[in-house]
Amino acid sequence: MKDVNLKVRIAGVDFQNPVFTCSGTYGMGQEYGELIDLSKLGAVTTKGIADVAWEGNPAPRIWETPSGMLNCIGLQGTGVEVFCQRDLPFLREAGCGVIVNVCGHTNEEYLRVVDRLAEEEGIDLLEINISCPNVKAGGLSLGTDPKLVEEITKECKAHAGQPVMMKLTPNVTDIKEIARAAEAGGADAISLINTLTGMAIDIERQTFRLSNRTGGLSGPAIRPIAVRLVYEAAHAVQIPVVGMGGIASAEDAIEFMLAGARAVSIGSANFWDPQVTLDVIDGIRDYLVRHGIDDVNDLVGAVH
Amino acid sequence: MKRKELGEILTQRELAPGIFSMELKVSFADQVRAGQFVSLFSKDRSRLLPRPISVCETDAENGTIRLVYRTAGAGTTEFSQMAEGEKLAVFGPLGNGFPTRKALGKKVLLVGGGIGIPPMVSCARELELVGELNPEYRTRMTFAVGYRSFETYLLDELEDLAPTFVSTDDGSLGTKGTVLDAIREQKIEADLVFACGPMPMLRGIKEYAKEKGIPCYISMEERMACGIGVCLGCVCKTQEVDDHSKVKNTRICKDGPVFDAEEVDLS
Repeated sequence: MKDVNLKVRIAGVDFQNPVFTCSGTYGMGQEYGELIDLSKLGAVTTKGIADVAWEGNPAPRIWETPSGMLNCIGLQGTGVEVFCQRDLPFLREAGCGVIVNVCGHTNEEYLRVVDRLAEEEGIDLLEINISCPNVKAGGLSLGTDPKLVEEITKECKAHAGQPVMMKLTPNVTDIKEIARAAEAGGADAISLINTLTGMAIDIERQTFRLSNRTGGLSGPAIRPIAVRLVYEAAHAVQIPVVGMGGIASAEDAIEFMLAGARAVSIGSANFWDPQVTLDVIDGIRDYLVRHGIDDVNDLVGAVH
Repeated sequence: MKRKELGEILTQRELAPGIFSMELKVSFADQVRAGQFVSLFSKDRSRLLPRPISVCETDAENGTIRLVYRTAGAGTTEFSQMAEGEKLAVFGPLGNGFPTRKALGKKVLLVGGGIGIPPMVSCARELELVGELNPEYRTRMTFAVGYRSFETYLLDELEDLAPTFVSTDDGSLGTKGTVLDAIREQKIEADLVFACGPMPMLRGIKEYAKEKGIPCYISMEERMACGIGVCLGCVCKTQEVDDHSKVKNTRICKDGPVFDAEEVDLS
């Protein structure tokens, strides 16, 4: 078989292929590491890391919807110190890229995490989560205001020891404006989309399905929206875009790349197919061969 | 080692209205412990999340597992309509299982409520097997099981394994009321309790065991996404800070589904 290039460069970092995992769907990699060879992935993106341990929301946290799911986990986590000491050593040895997702309620909380991570080796990229729909402060409220996005980006950049990628929410009127704000703040890359805010109601009990009333919608149901937003964002900025939202096959991944994504992340699909990331990598390679394309980078933004 | 694969349906039959028994040929049958579960997946790509179902029996020699499940929605209804010879996606074995070693040589009370009854069969079979191999570890078992009505399932199999006391919600068989009413009425003595069933029953059993000063292990249920402990979708509250999560939450799919009743907060 003809050799094709799958390597991509994002924010000055080389990844062996453009297939990553989405934050919050892959833990810290250990559990899926028992099922697949992580060293074949472009990168693992960690669960959101806050400065201290977060409880998250009460159960029920999950509800299935047509071709998708709602969740209101609420960024439960151990805090950055436990991450650095317990989980990061495993990821450093995993043989794939390491993207650490950072969350907070306030700018100060984000910066405490960024500062602590700056001391660590083996992190390729920080992904700053300014888009979680399930936490009351920070998260989504931060990510919908261009001024606040530019400010938090600037501050993270000033403190960071690694390149910074801002993760954007789809729950905005104009994604281009938010993407440009991140770029103006000095972001090295952007990633999108986080989940769409949704709701489901139990009509028999006449209650909300989720403890937090609303949750983040993910899965193939949101894919066309994600492709459109990636396309718009990629055309609004010069910095690389990592695309995600309902990717479950190589065809889906290629669609995002043609829309302008330099790399893609796979999230919920891991839950029903632990092998999906590896199948997507193989499928992208097959597609390139079939189309006589030597370099995966030639796909990026090819449809415009 | 857990695997996701296509399992072949060897048998499928309805035991009682809406309660089905399915035997599946899987590669991992010899690794399943009592109280563990598997995830089943729909063929309909609009239903993506796994349906976690406890294992009722395993046959390591023939490489089969038996699942007894209730049709609760479109996913489980789809499984119930699948015929012998068809294949369905199954991921397992998942979860920790009952600590059956703690019951060896003791008087153990196995409590099942409704669709929580099937895992108690696997629990009893495992205890029986160890007892046969090591007579000094023979466990004296008693079942207390609760059904909605006289339309029972697995009851013959339970009675073959150990003395069995029944309660029904409507009083059409055994003690009228909950399984706890049957336990109190029959004054069942035990050194240890293993239980699986709906939350109100688990609360009652936890309370009962505390009152008697005996250890109690309960199997919990929650909606799941990954089934392996990454998504944190299926947590329950713990009394103390959990060692893995560093907060008062534990993962039902990975750290459970079976917990020492004293460790979890059922309020």
